[in-house]
Amino acid sequence: MKIGRVTGTVVCTRKTASLEGVKFLLVQPLDDTLQGSGVPIVACDTVQAGQGDLVLYEGGREAALALDNWFNPADAAVLGIIDQYDQVDV
Amino acid sequence: MILAKVTGTVVSTAKIRQLEGLKILTVQPVHPDGSPAGKQLVAVDTVQAGTGDEVLIIDEGGSAGIMLEMSSQPIRTVIAAIVDRIDIMNEAKDVRRK
Repeated sequence: MKIGRVTGTVVCTRKTASLEGVKFLLVQPLDDTLQGSGVPIVACDTVQAGQGDLVLYEGGREAALALDNWFNPADAAVLGIIDQYDQVDV
Repeated sequence: MILAKVTGTVVSTAKIRQLEGLKILTVQPVHPDGSPAGKQLVAVDTVQAGTGDEVLIIDEGGSAGIMLEMSSQPIRTVIAAIVDRIDIMNEAKDVRRK
């Protein structure tokens, strides 16, 4: 899993049948200091996350398994909304 | 498996069903000498690791499913072991917390 910030939503009317009814979020990947790192991605929502939320997301094959209909082509999915994030220098 | 160091904890209430009851930690992949190697990941703990521990992580869904005793779970990064010691050729490095 990785950490990201929801920066927006993506609305698509015409999309592949297996992703119908799925909300798409624009997620900015973050580094360990919660600064933006890399190119924003589009991820499927499973937890009703919204703009500004700090979230956990998964990329790759496993993301598709987060949706109710697992036979879908998703390559990123939001799995949780982060309440608390503790970091120490080790 | 990837050598990594546990750098912190993540708490989430609104999360997907398969993550319920699991401990979530942030891990920084490291080189054997302890220097960072690549980007931080978030991993599910299976071995009661804690902040500061050097661990082995698996970043592959099939193996993660076996570790978590789940199938078709949307999780691919798990902590599989806590490293006590790494021996490289003739040098030994003890990474256990003092």
